[in-house]
Amino acid sequence: MINLIWFAMIAIAFVTAALTGSIETFTDALFSSAEQAVSVVFSMVSIMTFWLGMMKIIEKSGFIEWIVKLLRPLSRLLFPRLPRNHPAMHAILMNMSANLLGMGNAATPFGLKAMQELQSINEDPQTASDEMCTFLAINTSALTLIPTTVVALRAASGSLYPTEIVGTTILATLCATTTAIILDKLIRGLTRRKRKRR
Amino acid sequence: MLQVIVQTAAAWVIPGFIFIVLVYAVVKKVDVFDAFVEGAQEGFATSVSLIPYLVAMLVSIGLLRASGALELLIKLLSPLLTRFNVPGEIIPLAIMRPLSGSGALGITAEILNAFGPDSFIGRLASTMQGSTDTTFFVLTVYFGSVGIRKTRHALTVGLLADLAAFIASIVICTLVFH
Repeated sequence: MINLIWFAMIAIAFVTAALTGSIETFTDALFSSAEQAVSVVFSMVSIMTFWLGMMKIIEKSGFIEWIVKLLRPLSRLLFPRLPRNHPAMHAILMNMSANLLGMGNAATPFGLKAMQELQSINEDPQTASDEMCTFLAINTSALTLIPTTVVALRAASGSLYPTEIVGTTILATLCATTTAIILDKLIRGLTRRKRKRR
Repeated sequence: MLQVIVQTAAAWVIPGFIFIVLVYAVVKKVDVFDAFVEGAQEGFATSVSLIPYLVAMLVSIGLLRASGALELLIKLLSPLLTRFNVPGEIIPLAIMRPLSGSGALGITAEILNAFGPDSFIGRLASTMQGSTDTTFFVLTVYFGSVGIRKTRHALTVGLLADLAAFIASIVICTLVFH
């Protein structure tokens, strides 16, 4: 799937560039995007290092227990098969808390930690597990209570009411997250069976 | 009032969270410095392991943008979407949002400057920008970091959630702001 998408994206770009006579931009865009990718990663190093350090303190001190208790109804609903004191559950709940609190840059480190822990109990390391798919359904739909980036952007562009979109954003996000979770539960059976047949 | 609360909360949440976590850990007699360093050790390796995946994904999206293919897609889809009462100004954002975080943020900034942040289009763009994440980026980074090749239905679900956020933003903003 991903191989096909990746090929199609580059092939479409090539054909479009060739037909519209903008082939000279192709090479420039290629290397500037590659450079951008590496600089994104390096800007992540500092954030990852800091928040993974905090994560260890949160786990060792038992602070995580409070978060687990607080979000138990949610975690039981979303990840019924994951033991509530598994490190994967800890990282998932930290990721969700960071998202909800609008701590955007903390969410990714906790999220990647969660993926590593989920991978350690994954039966087939090449294929996404059910829990991974559910977790990503939540993350791609941007569950949040405070859309900090947008509020800051609105304030910067001279809005009189930068926060007036908070309510509409929370409602729209809830729609997206609910859709994602329901679809995930509905479709997962299909992709699981397909996988077994192979 | 809400504005003061949100801005104060946004400023306090990270410092407050870190302070509470550290005080709690010290009370529980955890060696905070040692624990921090132990956990932080993984940060670099995890980040660097993402490079191949991100280069692959950002290059293909960068090429789509630079070649004009994305613009073409927007032009093709616009007449169809405006028929469903989707405001034409918002369509580039809707298409860019799942693909490129920086691209979408740039479009939102342009819309806010061109129409004003407090216009209907400005509010709609803000809601849309805030209510969904960059699906391709999230999937690439999260699955890439652990070497998952077969992502099953994750992309489909992510893109359909984006569509839901997109429709919900239009409906909700029309009801609230129009």
